[in-house]
Order: sequence, then C-alpha cells, then structure tokens
Amino acid sequence: MKITNLIATTASCALVAGSALADDMTIVSWGGAYSASQQNAYHTPYTEKTGVNIINDESSAEAVAKLRAMNEAGNVTWDVVDVVASDAIRLCDEGLAMEIDADTMLADAPDGTKASEDFGDLLVSDCFIPQIVYSTTFGYRTDLVGDTPPTSICAVFDTEAYPGKRSLEKRPINNMEWALICDGVAKDEVYDVLGTPEGQQQALDKLATIKDDVIWWSAGADTPQLLADGEVVMGSTYNGRLFSVIEEQKQPVAMLWDAQVFDLDGWIIPAGLSEERKARALDYIMFATDTQRLADQAKYISYGPARKSSAPLVGKHAELGIDMAPHMPTDPENAKNTFLYNYEFWADYRDDIDAKFQAWLAK
Amino acid sequence: MRNDPANQEPTGPVLAADGTPLKKSLSRALRRQKMRALLLIAPLLAFVFITFVIPIASMLFRSVENDIVANTLPETVVAIASWDGTTGELPDEEVYAAFARDMIAAVAEKKHTRLGSRLNYELSGISSMFRQSGRKMKRWDPVEDAPFKEKLIDLHDGWGDVSTWAIIQTYSAPYTSGYFLTAIDMQLTPEGVTMQPEDKRILIRLFWRTLVMSLVITGSCILLGYPVAWLLANLPASKANLLMILVLLPFWTSLLVRTSAWKVMLQQQGVINDVLVWAGLVADDARLIMINNQFGTILAMTHILLPFMILPMYSVMQTIQPSYLRAAKSLGATNWTAFWRVYFPQSVPGIGAGSILVFILSIGYYITPEIVGGTKGVFISNRIAYHISSSLNWGLAAALGTILLAVVLLLYWAYDRIVGIDNVKLGG
Repeated sequence: MKITNLIATTASCALVAGSALADDMTIVSWGGAYSASQQNAYHTPYTEKTGVNIINDESSAEAVAKLRAMNEAGNVTWDVVDVVASDAIRLCDEGLAMEIDADTMLADAPDGTKASEDFGDLLVSDCFIPQIVYSTTFGYRTDLVGDTPPTSICAVFDTEAYPGKRSLEKRPINNMEWALICDGVAKDEVYDVLGTPEGQQQALDKLATIKDDVIWWSAGADTPQLLADGEVVMGSTYNGRLFSVIEEQKQPVAMLWDAQVFDLDGWIIPAGLSEERKARALDYIMFATDTQRLADQAKYISYGPARKSSAPLVGKHAELGIDMAPHMPTDPENAKNTFLYNYEFWADYRDDIDAKFQAWLAK
Repeated sequence: MRNDPANQEPTGPVLAADGTPLKKSLSRALRRQKMRALLLIAPLLAFVFITFVIPIASMLFRSVENDIVANTLPETVVAIASWDGTTGELPDEEVYAAFARDMIAAVAEKKHTRLGSRLNYELSGISSMFRQSGRKMKRWDPVEDAPFKEKLIDLHDGWGDVSTWAIIQTYSAPYTSGYFLTAIDMQLTPEGVTMQPEDKRILIRLFWRTLVMSLVITGSCILLGYPVAWLLANLPASKANLLMILVLLPFWTSLLVRTSAWKVMLQQQGVINDVLVWAGLVADDARLIMINNQFGTILAMTHILLPFMILPMYSVMQTIQPSYLRAAKSLGATNWTAFWRVYFPQSVPGIGAGSILVFILSIGYYITPEIVGGTKGVFISNRIAYHISSSLNWGLAAALGTILLAVVLLLYWAYDRIVGIDNVKLGG
C-alpha cells in the first residue's frame, strides 16, 4: 500500500514537472549583478506578459564548450544564451548558434528605424544579437597616485611616475593592443602590427618592462578586490565592476577613461532547438532587445545599451538615484579616446598569440 | 581419502552424488555463483561503462581524429594529393575547381566555418578566410562560374598562398598525429615534423612543472600529515575526535572559499604581511610576496589536499599495536630506533595510499593554481581547461589529457615496481 502510494506520488510529481517544463525557458547568463539587471529589465516583465517561467542558469563563462557538448549529445537544454561577441562568433562558426535576420526577427526602433540600422556595426556576427556595450578599462586608487592622477593609458607602463603593482588580465587580448599603443604604434595600425611576429614580439617586449609589477587576473572580480585592498595601484577590468567599487562601495577609486576597449555582450539562440522552443526564444529576444527594454537595463548596471535609439532613454540608477548616462562607456565624455576591438583579428590570431603570451608569462 | 572404504575404486574421476564428475559439478556450481555475482554487479558495470569508459574513450579518440577535412572537402582532398607543394607553385585549376565545388556544398550546409576554425589551429588567419569567402561563394555556381583559380585568389589573397594549400594537404588524412605533436611542443608542418618556434614552447615546461610541483605538494603533505595522523591514532578518544573534526572541517568547506581565504592571508596587504610589518619583522616597503607564485600554489594546495593524506595514514596507524613499540623498547631500542625500525615500516602502506591520492589529485588540479598561481604556478590542467572551454581545440586538449593519463599510469607502474601496490592500504 505504502509503495503504491509512493509510486503514485512520484508519478504525479513527474507529471507535474513534465507539464511545467513546457512553460519553462532556460536563459543562460553570467550571474551576479549582471543577471540581476537582466532579471529586472527583461525576465520579470516578460514573465508577467506571457506567463513563461524563466529559469536562470549561470553558465555563460563555459557556454561555448557546454553548447558544443550539448549539440554533440543531441540534447540542447538551453533556450537563450548570453555570451560576449567573440564567443558568439566562435559559436556561429561552429554551427552551434542560429543565424538571426535582424530586420525580421528583432523589433524596430520606436521611430521605425530598422533593427539592422539601429544596432548598426554592433551586429558583428550573423548569429549575435547585441545587448550591451561594455568596456575594459582601468581604475586607479586615488590615494596612491599622488597629486597627478593618471589621464593616459600609458600610465600603466610608467612605473616611475606611478610605482606599485598593476593588475592585467591573464590573456593577450587588450594587453597587446595597449602595449603597442604605448610603444608608439598609431591606433589604426595596431592590428596590422600585431598580425606580424615582430609586432607580437614588440608588444611582449613592452609588457616585459612591467612584468614584475603585474598581478595577472582571470576573474572579473579580481581587480575590484585588489583595488579595494590597496594591493594594486591600478588595474584593468570591466567598467561595470569599477562603477560598483566607486559608487556602491565608495572605495577611493577612480576611472581612467582612456583607450578603453569596447566590447559587446548579447544573446545567441542555440542551433537545433525544436520549432516550438525556437519560436518562444525568438519571441523573448524580440521583447528583450527592443529600445525600451535595453534602456531599462542601464538602470541597474552601468553598461551602455547596444541600440542607438536606447541612449536617450537611459535614466537614473534604480537604487542609488544617480544619473546613469555619465557612467556609460558610450557617453561622449567617456568615449573621447576609445579603442575599437577587432573581432575578426582575434578570431584568427587568438590561439597563436595566446600560446606565445602564455609561454612568455611562464618564462 | 585413500583408506576410505567408500572410495575404494581408484579408476575414473571422482563423482558427485548425482553421478557427474566432481570437477565438472564443482565448476558448474562455481560458474553459477560467478554468474550470480556478475548479475549483481551488472548494473554497476553498465553504469561505469556508459558514464565513464565510453565518454573518456571517445574524448581520448579526438586526439587523433581529423576526418573533418576529408568530410568537408572530399573532392579537394583527392585532387590535392598529387600536388607537390615544395616546388613553391600553386596547385592547378583542377584543385581550385574541386575546392570551389566542395566549398559551395559546404557553405550550403554551413560547415565551412567549422573547417576554418579547425585549420586555424595550424595556420592563423584561415578561419576568417573561410568565413569571408563563404559569404561570397554562397552565390556561386559550381558549373557556370568556372574557372575558379583567379576568382578565388581575387576573393582572398590567402588562396594564392602556397602555405594555405600545403596545410590543407598535410591535414587531409582522416587521422593525424598533429595534436600529439603540438602537445609536446612540436608541430606537423608540410615540411615534416619540427619543433615549435622557441617563443611558443610551453607545454613540456608545464608538464614538467606539474609533475615537480605535485611531488613537492605530496612531500609536504607527508611531512605535515604524518604527525597529525600519529596524534589522531594515539590520543585518547575524546581528544582525537576533536582533532578529527579540525581535520575534517576544512575538508567540508568549499574549495573556492578556502582558496580565496589564502588570498586574503597571503597577499602583500594581507593578514600575514600586516602582522609581520606590525611586529617590525618586515619593512613596510619590503612586504613578502607569498601569492601569485609557486609558493602560493604549493601552500594552498597542500592545505587543501592534506585531509586526503591524513585520513588513509590515520586508518593504517590505528591498526598498529602500541605493544610493538613497548616490546621494542623493552628489548633495548631507543625511541628513534623503535619508531624507525618498528612503527614506521608498519605505517608505510598508509603513506603510500595517501601519496597516491594526493599526487593524482594534484596533478589534475586547476582551480587553485588558476586563482593563486600567478604566472609561475599554473599547471598543465589550466591549459587543458583553456583548450576545452575557450579555444575549443578539443583535439589538443584530448592529446594533453592522454599524455597526462599515460604519465600517471607510468608513475603508478613505477610505484608498483618499487614499493609494491599490495603495500597500499586505504583502511585497516
């Protein structure tokens, strides 16, 4: 009797779970404050509107490998995945993400501008729907730099004027470009130079001048922690992380908006979804990447919306009440001297230069 | 037996009660027992086979698998086989035409970019050639648009480069040794097998570093763990239990928490340095560097793996009779002789078990080295993780993994030869 009861209960539970599954949608993102901003700006309103229950999975950091494994196993359990643009290009190349036609699958701007024009150059891959523009830039300790706070990226390489440790990401991307810029290479020639073995050596040689003063980070939270502890005098990280160190935690840290590298984060839809799930994922994407929704996300985190039409709608921070526009990497005041990241270049040269970079690091 | 009256007939085999030879009957009974035992463990066997053996074998198989080139460019592979790249001349129109036909078909199935990323591991820049060319070749017709040689070179100068075709030719076989060669800092080039350029050699160094540091970690675990295990085994139960909890507590704490705690302790503005500066032992501008280097990795990993050393040692030491030591002393041994000649040899199986556990665990570690290892403390597993999750070069990751597995098996074999694997005990 007991066992029959147990079986009956289990079966009904399974049935309930099974039926619930049909209205569930798994969205993969980065976790932390970033996922929270998406929850507030996209997920909650979407669930209210459609009744679809959204399950958050915080696997974006391993998304590329996991999607490939899922695809090979023939069982893709994710519906929408948040990845950086370079990962989107890789996924698209590997046939793991669905191609998106911006004009038919994404919402027009309120004034009727087509999506492809509204996103413009930011549609860097056929599979990628950009969401935010973030930048990798430097923050510095205001109390450790003396009376002359750094204004140029090359302060990073100037250990005489700014003694102390710096933190840089443990990968060649961005560091190699900054090294070349500070070694006198013109900004628009950086990738031409970096495409040659001599240029790569030049960048590594420049980095070698500060090698002993660098703490290499691999997680986005490292630099904020190192800055807060006074372990480094300056360090690179994502601008949103620095915003939270400066405005939310009120640490003596300031932003260095020079030669910041723009990068994109956005959605992809995995290839190989059933028609029903694909339609729902597209419906979500249409909703979550319209002009208003993208502007809404900026209320919760200091990343710039990827649509041109969203910029004027950016308001105040939801809790701190401060104006968010001046904290956007896209704000004209901050974007006076930016550096354009070349996706194609890094898709081609990443593995080659990474091997050299790691060999150089290990020396 | 021989004098037993029931067994007087010496001829013929011994019979069981039902008349069948005893040997046969016994083996039948044993077989039935074996079958039953096998059936009992069948679910486990099937589980291990499906969830462990097959995935690992298929992952390791990727280290030689290379059929993507022949599958995506079937006609090109045949046409290019007779081309001699060493003359420095481009292949003729026949190869280009075959390539164009293959590409147009591959673009329709969106397979060309995958091949591009595969070949990009061997020659940087091919990835975008395939991507960009694919976009334009979408509109080509394999018959009407011929001839293709000049058109392709117009499309991208890469198609006019001998090295592009040489790479396609070199990697056209369905199996390749390329991944294994890359894994040991060599490369498979059209000119044959060569060493990687000096500035790209890193993997051998990492293998070596992984082995040496794992040995150091194992050694320091033995040194630190042995006295603790001895105390655990010899203290009165109430005190031993408290000590046991102290050993197990970190064991139950999240790995990341423990590693991050080391960061707080060891960094230059961290607890230890602050105390040393406060006590005047270290000058404020000469704080010790204890993290983001090998020292940090060894320290943090020794701490994390210590319970794996203490527990097997403890369970072996528990079984050593204290009376042996007393007997040795009553026969005139000094404390040291009694320990070294009587106690220590009996505790070796525990050391062996603990060492194997710690060594094998540390050889595959990557989270801790990644967080506290800086540049000189990272392991080969960090590169494997990079190739699995970032570069998607699973073939190379599989080759590195296979080599690591082979090294571990080799060391295990050596251990068996030197110490003897029977001499390992995980419990009393």
